[in-house]
Amino acid sequence: MSWFKRKDKGILTPTENKKEAPDGLWFKSPEGKIIHTRELKANAYVVPDEDYHVRIGSAEYFEILFDNNKFTELDANMSSADPLKFVDSKPYPDRIKATQKKVGLNDAVRSAHGKMNGLDITVACMDFAFIGGSMGSVVGEKIARAIDYSLQNNIPFMMISKSGGARMMEAGLSLMQMAKTSAKLALLSEKGIPYISLLTDPTTGGVTASYAMLGDFNISEPGALIGFAGPRIIRETIGKDLPKGFQSAEFVLDHGFLDFIVDRRNLKSRLTTLLTMLQ
Amino acid sequence: MLDFEKPIVDLEDKLSDMKKLAKESNVDVSQAVESLEVKISDLKKETYQNLTRWQIVQLSRHPDRPYTLDYIYAMTDDFVEIHGDRSVKDDKAMVGGFGTIAGETYMMIGQQKGRNTKQRQMRNFGMANPEGYRKALRLMKMAEKFNKPIITFIDTPGAFPGLEAEERGQGEAIARNLKEMFMLKVPVICIIIGEGASGGALGIGIGDKVLMLENTWYSVISPENCSTILWRSWEFKEQAAEALRLTGKDMKKLKLVDGIIKEPLGGAQTDLKWMANEVKKSIVKETKALNALSVEDRIAKRIDKFCQMGVVEE
Repeated sequence: MSWFKRKDKGILTPTENKKEAPDGLWFKSPEGKIIHTRELKANAYVVPDEDYHVRIGSAEYFEILFDNNKFTELDANMSSADPLKFVDSKPYPDRIKATQKKVGLNDAVRSAHGKMNGLDITVACMDFAFIGGSMGSVVGEKIARAIDYSLQNNIPFMMISKSGGARMMEAGLSLMQMAKTSAKLALLSEKGIPYISLLTDPTTGGVTASYAMLGDFNISEPGALIGFAGPRIIRETIGKDLPKGFQSAEFVLDHGFLDFIVDRRNLKSRLTTLLTMLQ
Repeated sequence: MLDFEKPIVDLEDKLSDMKKLAKESNVDVSQAVESLEVKISDLKKETYQNLTRWQIVQLSRHPDRPYTLDYIYAMTDDFVEIHGDRSVKDDKAMVGGFGTIAGETYMMIGQQKGRNTKQRQMRNFGMANPEGYRKALRLMKMAEKFNKPIITFIDTPGAFPGLEAEERGQGEAIARNLKEMFMLKVPVICIIIGEGASGGALGIGIGDKVLMLENTWYSVISPENCSTILWRSWEFKEQAAEALRLTGKDMKKLKLVDGIIKEPLGGAQTDLKWMANEVKKSIVKETKALNALSVEDRIAKRIDKFCQMGVVEE
């Protein structure tokens, strides 16, 4: 009965011979389904059978949308300044640098132009991994310039939002990015260039109250959280629990603020159909 | 009375006691009265000219501070209030209508707070619902139709974060206003008269000229909420106020607003008539300058101004 007993004590494998399972090889869905990440990727990061849409970032969306993952990135090197000298638990520039190092992104949005099933398109996509996808000067400016690119080249613009809202560490500057992006979208609208706004999980705060809700087409993915105020704040304000499904994409569609909800696996083909109709 | 005003009020109480005593006892205290008056005046200057950012936030919420309708009634010769968004209801937190100043008609719109408990409830503490923003936009479009300049008065702790507000698209309502206000053919002047909190303020804040009264604040979040989120406690509001750079001076320096309207010593509530006259003078002056521009130029400049906002590194 001693077959399970360790003969030698301690870990004897030298560190250099240590074997590690590669990180993130398997993905566990909220319902407990285990799926290989290769399979997940092949399925547009949607868990098969469950239709659960995994939160993904700009790299994944670009891969899903652009033909052969070929695109030209715009303003890739833009990053945050610190005009307010903002300090909370640590100085803002330190926070930016630490986040850049940790997540390998320069800020919370990336923009690019390329072809989607042969159609020219500019896409700006937010990354939630970068300080909650918060909108500061860089996010505002990059979106504004991406819209400029669409204006100059007369090609459709698509915004993929995923954000907790404005970036507090840029205070008033962050607030005015709502204005700036809306101004550019007004110009895009005047020119009759299509604007598709994809609101993904989660889209709240100042992002909802500006570019995310200004699409010719406001669309979303199943189950995404979309709102102006966050659920916690609303719960505190009204002093009651919120109804089930409140602020879900389905709820927002029901109340008339989304044009349609699309399964991510069909996103590219649906957009292609729609944009082709508008040509 | 605000906490930092206590030393002033104490001295003022002392002064009135002294005067009363002198009257009753027939003692000549004129010298003491005079020196105390000088002391009070010095202390007032000392206090109000060196306000911390948090103290300015406090003044912006002073219970006696003039609200939108106070300014409108004090400035206009005639005013016709207009209600409703033509869709859901009349939002009492957002008021508006046509008013005349020196024979010229303006569309005046603003968030409205209440003075007592009942009014505060009716006005929802100046927190508009989506129908408030849609009412504001309806009025702006009407002003455009009749070629009248638009004045907005901003004074809100934020757009209302309620269940029905979400159902009726609070985010969409504000977003639409931002976009539509850029394209308005008439001059737009926005004046922050109290609190300018976040998207709820910006929702009526896209103007050719954006002005702040001296003791007001304008930022992406209130100092209290910022403190709660970043410091995980309500207690760091003073620090948060400093960090947010939310006063008129700060915002002007950052080129996020165009100008500051001076207030009387102690704040707008100490002299509504004087204050309203200052606001009126600014409105008349700015409108005149804006009317000199062509419609196209005005819109282009408005867009360009906001597109310049932000600081990045490349």
